[in-house]
Amino acid sequence: MSNKRGADGNNSGCSCDGGAVFSYDSSSLELEIRRLEAEKDLIEARIARLRLQVEGGKSTGGVTAGRIDDARNKAAGEEQEKGEGRANMNGPPFPTASVCGLTPEMIHRYSRHLLLPSFGVDGQLNLSKASILVVGAGGLGSPIAMYLAACGVGCLGIVDGDNVELNNLHRQIIHTEAYVGEPKVKSAAATCHAINSTVRVVEHREALLASNALDIMSQYDVIVDATDNLPSRYMISDCCVVLNKPLVSGAALGLEGQLTVYHYNGGPCYRCLFPTPPPATACQRCSDSGVLGVVPGIIGCLQALEAIKVASSIGKPLSGRMLLFDALSGHIRIVKLRGRSLNCDVCGENSMFTRETFQSFDYENFTQSPFFPSSNEGLQLLPDTDRISITEYKKRVDSSEPHILVDVRPAHHFQITALTNSISIPLSSLKENFAVIDSAMDEIKQGTGLDASIYVICRRGNDSQRAAKLLHENGFSIAKDIIGGLESWAQEIDHSFPMY
Amino acid sequence: MEPCGTLILLNFNGGLELLCRSTKVHHVDVELKPGADGLIMKDLLCWIRTNLIKERPEMFMKGDSVRPGVLVLVNDCDWELSGNLDTRLEEKDEVVFISTLHGG
Repeated sequence: MSNKRGADGNNSGCSCDGGAVFSYDSSSLELEIRRLEAEKDLIEARIARLRLQVEGGKSTGGVTAGRIDDARNKAAGEEQEKGEGRANMNGPPFPTASVCGLTPEMIHRYSRHLLLPSFGVDGQLNLSKASILVVGAGGLGSPIAMYLAACGVGCLGIVDGDNVELNNLHRQIIHTEAYVGEPKVKSAAATCHAINSTVRVVEHREALLASNALDIMSQYDVIVDATDNLPSRYMISDCCVVLNKPLVSGAALGLEGQLTVYHYNGGPCYRCLFPTPPPATACQRCSDSGVLGVVPGIIGCLQALEAIKVASSIGKPLSGRMLLFDALSGHIRIVKLRGRSLNCDVCGENSMFTRETFQSFDYENFTQSPFFPSSNEGLQLLPDTDRISITEYKKRVDSSEPHILVDVRPAHHFQITALTNSISIPLSSLKENFAVIDSAMDEIKQGTGLDASIYVICRRGNDSQRAAKLLHENGFSIAKDIIGGLESWAQEIDHSFPMY
Repeated sequence: MEPCGTLILLNFNGGLELLCRSTKVHHVDVELKPGADGLIMKDLLCWIRTNLIKERPEMFMKGDSVRPGVLVLVNDCDWELSGNLDTRLEEKDEVVFISTLHGG
């Protein structure tokens, strides 16, 4: 573990116990202490505010419960706080709210919003009464949650079941190194509190699934989809239709992004646009295809903007339109979409899709793609006799077995890291390069007089099976797949081998 | 010389460009079918499949239309608004094919 972390760019270079939190040198300990102290300050501030609220509630004759009222109470509590401060100095307190309905602190904090004629007091008041749920605290969710906290939304919910990983930090800017190994929702909520302690942040430290989505989503006015997988996208859209909530949906991959608002003002839902899911092979993921960190950041900012527009009832949200962003060419295109489909299975005129249908709907089966893809799950294309484990391969290397190792990952993967003496022939061009394998084998035959074996490796052991199969079909019947690929090499043989 | 077909600007996005040698923008001159009085989307898709798609055609088409998960835009409008496969194309029209993204 320590080597792996070191290779990942952490500059400590010391050994570590592999625990969830970096805690293996004095600087990280200090970091951890600072983080805990910041958390403690936040908690103490919240307790103080809640105490004031309780006292304020008693003195003003009680207040009704409820999430939006909570936000108002909080504002009133702060007002009370200020009023008392003044009272101590000058006698009787001033009235607890200004004529516009915003507290003096709110007027000061959000003054630049209030100066906008098209947003103004009404926009800010609407926002302060609204509750918004951000599903996913990743690359999209980071700027969304930060801007929604900063702008003074009444209640901000964040739902995610994952923990922060070091290789998230290049794009998931709400998280810091000190939170690696901690729940993303905890980390995101701490950042939001640090930005704006007057916003109520609700932590849902669990994955959103059909079983809990109705409960969680029904507590909010606006839903923001910042997830990274296909079944979640269908599930969140369906749930928004069932609960009749607007959905701000964004996606980013590689150097492109997309954004639209579903089920709002007569616009289409996700299913109107995509009644049939794409084949699973067409669904690329950031962990396989890569993503430039700032791209989800840009889409996330635009999602925050659309959520603010919907929640504060200003402007013209992107309903019935879709924004397409191409970072490489610098093009942004806004296209007109079809309207709501009367025949839509979920939001159409004769839809039979109810809460019950929703809760029992199998989204993984529908999309043929998992909510939580595991890198190891996989393909079994070849019989066991055509595959060997990484430890077996290591043994054969150690016994100097004459062999060639074909690495079938794309060339830009090979550039990142590779095993010594492996030959790079990407799967996509394997067919045209059989001659390279032939000549490598001939060379070994001439050198040692022995027939070389052929092993095929890739990142995780899927493409290497496809390649081995292709080799078998073209006369290289001795080709064997290495199970688990370079990932298992890094896990089982050489912990210092960098994994990406 | 008279143009022999209809000039169309094609744009492949969201990963679909990988099916045509990683090139997103294509200026193409599509010849009309004998006897046809104009170009429609259905014929354009056939033409693209034959002339541009270099690998895994099933990642672009299903039957005689695009596969599920691909949005088709004619001059920045969803083709559902202009007649889907029957959408009539004119000289210098722009057609965008975009695969939906799910990452985040």
